[in-house]
This record gives sequence, C-alpha cells and structure tokens, in this order.
Amino acid sequence: MTLLEFTGCALTAFGPALSMFIVTIMNDPVRVIILIASSFFWLLSLLLSSIVWFIFPSKQQVWFGVFISVLVQELFRYFLYLLLRKAERGLKRFVAHSLVSNNKHMLSYVSGLGFGVMSGLFSLVNILAEVGGPGTMGLRGGYSAFCIVSSIFTAFTILLHIFWGILFFHGLNTANKNLILYVIVSHLVVSEITLFNQYYYYILTLSIVFSITLGTGLYAFKTAGGQLPIIDKLKTENTNTAES
Amino acid sequence: MHENVNSPTRRETVPLMAAPRETSRRDSLTAQEEETLKYGAEHVIKLFVPVSMCMLVVVATINSVSFYNVKDIYLVYTPFHETSPEPSSKVLSAVANSLILMFVVIIMTVVLIALYKYRCYKLIHGWLIMSSLLLLSMFTCLYIEEILHTYNIPMDYITFFLIIWNIGVLGMVCIHWKGPLRLQQSYLIFIAALMALVFIKYMPEWTTWVVLFVISIWDLIAVLTPRGPLRILVELAEERNEQIFPALIYSSTVVYMINRSDSIDSTTDSQNGFTRTWVEEHQQHQPEEVRVNRLLDDDDKGVKLGLGDFIFYSVLVGKASSYGDWNTTLACFVAILIGLCLTLLLLAIFRRALPALPISITFGLVFYFATRGLVKPFADMLASQQVFI
Repeated sequence: MTLLEFTGCALTAFGPALSMFIVTIMNDPVRVIILIASSFFWLLSLLLSSIVWFIFPSKQQVWFGVFISVLVQELFRYFLYLLLRKAERGLKRFVAHSLVSNNKHMLSYVSGLGFGVMSGLFSLVNILAEVGGPGTMGLRGGYSAFCIVSSIFTAFTILLHIFWGILFFHGLNTANKNLILYVIVSHLVVSEITLFNQYYYYILTLSIVFSITLGTGLYAFKTAGGQLPIIDKLKTENTNTAES
Repeated sequence: MHENVNSPTRRETVPLMAAPRETSRRDSLTAQEEETLKYGAEHVIKLFVPVSMCMLVVVATINSVSFYNVKDIYLVYTPFHETSPEPSSKVLSAVANSLILMFVVIIMTVVLIALYKYRCYKLIHGWLIMSSLLLLSMFTCLYIEEILHTYNIPMDYITFFLIIWNIGVLGMVCIHWKGPLRLQQSYLIFIAALMALVFIKYMPEWTTWVVLFVISIWDLIAVLTPRGPLRILVELAEERNEQIFPALIYSSTVVYMINRSDSIDSTTDSQNGFTRTWVEEHQQHQPEEVRVNRLLDDDDKGVKLGLGDFIFYSVLVGKASSYGDWNTTLACFVAILIGLCLTLLLLAIFRRALPALPISITFGLVFYFATRGLVKPFADMLASQQVFI
C-alpha cells in the first residue's frame, strides 16, 4: 500500500512536469541550464521569505508569511526576467543550434517550470518520503486524503507557475501592467485560499484553485499563440455560413 | 581537484561562426564567446549528468543502508572523536581533525607532483593502481556486503567472490588500460561514490563540514597561486603534452594512457574543449588548419573534472541527506549544480584550469545551513498545514 500510495501521489504531483521535462526540455542543454537557474532563483526567494518569517515576531499569522513569500517570489521572477533578458542577446544567436529562441515564450515557459518544479518539490518531497516509509494514511492521525490532496495541489502549483511565468514575462515584454498585476493577485489568492486546507474545506479550495488554474492556463495558452483545433473549426464554419 | 580545459594555443586562427561579417576586434571577441557558450552548454550538461549520478548513488545508499550512518570507527587521520557534548570542544576537535587531514592531503599532493616532475611514472602508476585496486576490491566488498545485509539477501562465498573478482578486474582494465567510454565513466563515478561514502562513514560529524570548507580553500590555493601544486601539475602536463592520469580525472570523452606517446607531436587544437561537430565544421572551412588525426580528435577533447570534486560534492549532498530532510538535500543539490555552472562559465572566460570546489562548496554549505536553520521551519509549517506558495 505504501509503495502504491507513494507512486500514485508522486505521479499525480510530478507526472505533468516530468513529461513536459522529457518532451520539451531534456534534449536541449541550454534549456536544462535555464531550468536549473530558475529553480535556484526560486530557492533564493524562499530563503529570503524564510528569513523574513524567522525575524517576524508572531508565528501565528501564517497568512502574513504566505503574503511575504508570494511577493518575494514574484520579485525574484522579475530578477530572473532581467537576467534572462541580458542573456537572451547571446542566446538568440544560437537559433540554428538550439531551439531556445524559436519561440519567444520558450524562456518564460522553461523558467516558469523551474519555479514550479522547485516549489512543488519543496512542498511535497518530505511528505512523499513519509508516505514511502513504514506506513501512513494521513500524517499524525490526520485526514486520510491528506497526501493525495497535497499531491493534487502540488500539480496545480507547478502548472500555475508555468502559466504565471508566461503571463508575467509577456506582461513585462509588452509593458502590460494589468497582466503583471493579475499574476501577483492570482498568486496571492491561490496561496491564501490554501490556508483553508487546515480546516479540511478541500472541496472549496480545490474547486477555486482548479478554476483559477484552468482560467490562467487558457489565457497563457492564448498569450503564447496556441490555437485549439475545435475553435478553429468553429471559426471556419462560422465564416463559411456567413459567406454562404 | 581541478578542471582542465587546455587553452588553445592558436586561438586567433579559430574561424568565426558567422563567417560573412565585419570582423572588427570587438566582433571577433563576441564570436568567440558565442562559440564557447554554444558548446559550453553541452559540456555543462555532460558534467551535470555524472555529478548528479554520483550524488544519487551516495544519497540512495545513505538513506537505505544504515551502515553508512552509524559512527563507530573513524579514520586514522581524524584522531579526535567529538565525544564531548560541548559545542566549543567539538569545534576544536573538528578543526584539529581537518587540519591533520589537510596536512596529509598536502603532503600526498606534493609527493605526487615531485614524482611527476622527475618522471617516476612507474611509481605513480603503481600508487594509482594500488589505490584503485583497494577501492574496487575491499570497499566494493564492504559495500555489497552491507547492501546484502540491508535487503536480507543470502549469498554464498563463491558467488560473492566471483562477483567481486569480475567487478574489480573489469574496473582495473577499464580505468588503467582501455574499455568502452561509458563503462570507464561509470567506474570512475562508482569509485568517487565509494570514496564519498567512506568519508561520510569514517569522519566525525562536525569534522566533515570543516573538512569541506578547508578543502575548498586548499583547492583554491593549489590551483590558482603561481606555485600551487595542482597548477604545477597542469602546466607540466601541458608542457609535456600528456593527459593527466585517467584514474584521477573524469573526462566527458575517452582518455587512454596509450595516447601519451602518440600525442606528443599533435597540436593542441583538439584539447580546447570543443565538440566533434565543431571540429568537423572547422575542417570543412579550413582543412589545412587541422593537423590532428581523427582518432586523437575523438580521444582528447571534452571538459575534465577531477574525481576529488565528485567526491566532495557527493560528501556534501550525502551528509545533508543523512539528517533525513529532503528539502535540505535538494537545496544543496541545486546550489552545487549552479556553482558548477558558474565555474564552467568562468572556465569559458579565463580558459585555464580552475578549481571546481570553492564556488560549489560555498554555495552548498550556505544553502545547507540556511535551509536547515531558516527554511526548514517555514517549509515544514507550510507543508503540514497544506499551504502552497
């Protein structure tokens, strides 16, 4: 059972990220380096927010720690953007060799994935280590769905970080303040919503976070120039009917 | 304990990547940088993979085989066993231990350099063969025995002996003579992992951390100061146009001792860290430039990382994981990789042998203590309350 639960939780949380890594990133060394660099930036942001939390007097106000942490993360995303902008001039010349700058959203996607993977790993890896151990269903006599809910949230966080990365970088590229504001506010909302998890309002939190993920994802998809075949089909049908 | 990409002696003749361009001085410089970056990225990955594999072996062993976590016997070089409960005396004994160990390392390095300088190749080879034989026989024996204990697998002595014999002899042949590249690389990684496990097992708790710190400073001194022993070694090897001993250095391409006699009259073109594709392009553009024969091309190039670097990276990550917090392990892992990345960046800029330990180990140590002291309480609280940031 422990092994099954471990595998299930691990793949629920990291399956999407792992497949994205294998399909899009693994074969390009430059992307791997950017991935590791962005996860390092996320680590730095966590370190900074932990320091603030450490010197913050009241340890009961968890919401404040989360608030600070979200702001610091977005700040470091901005720093990462500045760094990548500087490096991009160099990277752009390797179009023939590397696929990094074929798509201008590639950098933001890779760095978002780096942020997401590191944040997901940090929130889940210790729980996973416990799950794989002698036997657990819920930690310390807690709710038995603890692990699977945590895994689902981790998967959402990773996906959200990718979408946020794309939107944030796009907002900075086009000087679109609303987009940047949207990223920060939705990040804050998602993180603060998860505070209700400790009271087991899983249905509420999961549905809200799911809808935010879906909405942000669709928007990021559109921003990155993606097109759904169904919409295309509808559009052509519409134009056809209009013409006839 | 150093990285080595021999500097190209004829860098000026390197054809620029974008041929039809105004070649002002500034442009040609950036073009060189481009080339370095373009293939640099591949080399970084070529080192990331083995370093990660070595760490993986160590971390997996530390977490599954309890033998390597139990402190009962210590190295001869660390006579103070940190038994006193007081931190101050622990720190004192840790510093004393690491100074003794450092002293031994310095003596050994100087002896090796002296032997190399006066061309006592036979003696050096004997030494290296003896030490790798020791690792591949005795420590492998110990390792396999402990794994069998942990997973409760019964095995008779004949089978055991056969397995050890095969692993050991194949390893000796691969490392010191010739063998498939992958096999050679895996043996080197295995040796480094075994050595790291030995360090983790037989060094007292605090001594390990002080040793990591001290050895990275020693690495800095040994490679960068004008009379540093490792620098002398690298310069001597460059002067004699030889490879440094394959048992001490992980290379992303094949290194055979056989090449020594052949490569004396070859140019150093093939050693400047560029990949085969680059050399092919090079040949297409200006075939008369390349006087190196193809076989040597395949053999000599690539980035090299000393096995000592592998060992101490793994010691750091393994030690971090031995306290049972995976966040700390992850933080150290990423910090070391970023440190390695920065070192390789510096390598591309300075184009000379650089110490690989200082940046990585500093990052690793900082992130270890920061994560353990500051991040862990915060991250644990968030994880237990299921708050996702």
